Amino acid sequence: MKLDTSGLESAAPVWGAPSELVGGFSAAPSFELPNTTDFDVFQKEAVKMVKPAKGTTTLAFIFKEGVMVAADSRASMGGYISSQSVKKIIEINPYMLGTMAGGAADCQFWHRNLGIKCRLHELANKRRISVTGASKLLANILYSYRGMGLSVGTMIAGWDETGPGLYYVDSEGGRLKGMRFSVGSGSPYAYGVLDNGYRYDMSIEEAAELARRAIYHATFRDGASGGVASVYYVGPNGWKKLSGDDVGELHYKYYPVIPSTVEQEMVEVAGA
Amino acid sequence: MKSDAINVPQNEIAAFLYFSPLSTKCFSAPFTMTKQQANWSPYDNNGGSCVAIAGADYCVIAADTRMSTGYNILTRDYSKICKLADKCVMASSGFQADVKALQKQLAARHLIYQHQHNKQMSCPAMAQLLSNTLYYKRFFPYYSFNVLGGLDNEGKGCVFTYDAVGSYEKVGYSSQGSGSTLIMPFLDNQLKSPSPLLLPAQDAVTPLMEAEAIDLVKTVFASASERDIYTGDKLEIVVINADGIRREYMDLRKD
Repeated sequence: MKLDTSGLESAAPVWGAPSELVGGFSAAPSFELPNTTDFDVFQKEAVKMVKPAKGTTTLAFIFKEGVMVAADSRASMGGYISSQSVKKIIEINPYMLGTMAGGAADCQFWHRNLGIKCRLHELANKRRISVTGASKLLANILYSYRGMGLSVGTMIAGWDETGPGLYYVDSEGGRLKGMRFSVGSGSPYAYGVLDNGYRYDMSIEEAAELARRAIYHATFRDGASGGVASVYYVGPNGWKKLSGDDVGELHYKYYPVIPSTVEQEMVEVAGA
Repeated sequence: MKSDAINVPQNEIAAFLYFSPLSTKCFSAPFTMTKQQANWSPYDNNGGSCVAIAGADYCVIAADTRMSTGYNILTRDYSKICKLADKCVMASSGFQADVKALQKQLAARHLIYQHQHNKQMSCPAMAQLLSNTLYYKRFFPYYSFNVLGGLDNEGKGCVFTYDAVGSYEKVGYSSQGSGSTLIMPFLDNQLKSPSPLLLPAQDAVTPLMEAEAIDLVKTVFASASERDIYTGDKLEIVVINADGIRREYMDLRKD
């Protein structure tokens, strides 16, 4: 199995004859693998020890006007919230978005790598890459690392010549084309709201509100999701960020506190 | 150390066999052979905490100087802070051998960059280099929890926080290490600003003065030393601003 190592190549050319020092860096890069008899056990132990940041809710769906993409912004390491402001919607290029679920480092690295590959495709072929093509590139890379412990559950959403496109790609090597997806620990809750409220012919505002509510409800019930619910829209002119709302504030917007009549009121007693 | 659990590269076999006389005995053991589990780990945790705070025109990076293993203190005087570039400093806690290797790797790459581009690396560029360097070892991670602090090209303070395999984020402040769960909530309370993801964007936090930030760091470490056994001895504070880099020390509890 030849691993895809293009993500590790240094972009800068090396001048002159490769000396021993520099030669070490310009030689064909590869991921170092530990010399263990039991690779899988080692990876499981390493993952437990390193506790990479994950846990999330992301969703995306195609509707009449284009693609709506939404995500929360919490990253957890075990039970500790390592960040409330993680960017989980990654801008691959001005008309394509990727979502991040699973290992944060895995998603960040491979999405950046995908962005590079998409740009190279544009330069080599003088036209933008399709969503089908971009998702296939990512899926092939992840398939080649199958079984090695990568954790990536991503959706590639974009608008190309054939119209809106949405693919789900994961680190098991799966790649699915579809109209509605939700990925992450909070996805069951998001699906409940999303499936209930979805109609193909919604307006952009209605679709954005549906996406926002679905993320809010997922953050309400899932401890590993929270922070800020970001909503993006992908249309024929590219993507646009529609909103970013703190989910705590969304709660009080959807369920405002209604002051109730007081039956008995406690009165302060003057000091004895 | 049992070398049957972990295969080692050929040229090191001699050294390992010298220290592991048991390796040949297993094969002559009669009949029932239960699977030998690895009881040697390539990792250790040397403890310690680090903090970084970004200001409008400065950056404060601080770490304690205690290095421990298990319940023992190896030294009270070990610096976890490393200057990577003119305006870029990294503090790392975790396994200091991996930290040292990581620092060497970054220093070497920075030197090549300087030769190729005739200038120092900027802090955001170094941040991405660190992320890629960490991810390069995705399948045998550096057990190193880093915060990177410095000034960006406009002279504004920036702090980047990492997990052990390279996921990173630009933030206003961060802490890593054994005391981070004690320190971070306090920093959130004092420094928390509206999230950069909010739309419409809300104004960032009112910036702390440099002296106030240093004071905050000292308070934070004094508190962390009270409740974290791996944090203490001495506090090393590095401040980067337009005038350059300066270093300060403060004593912490030695127990």
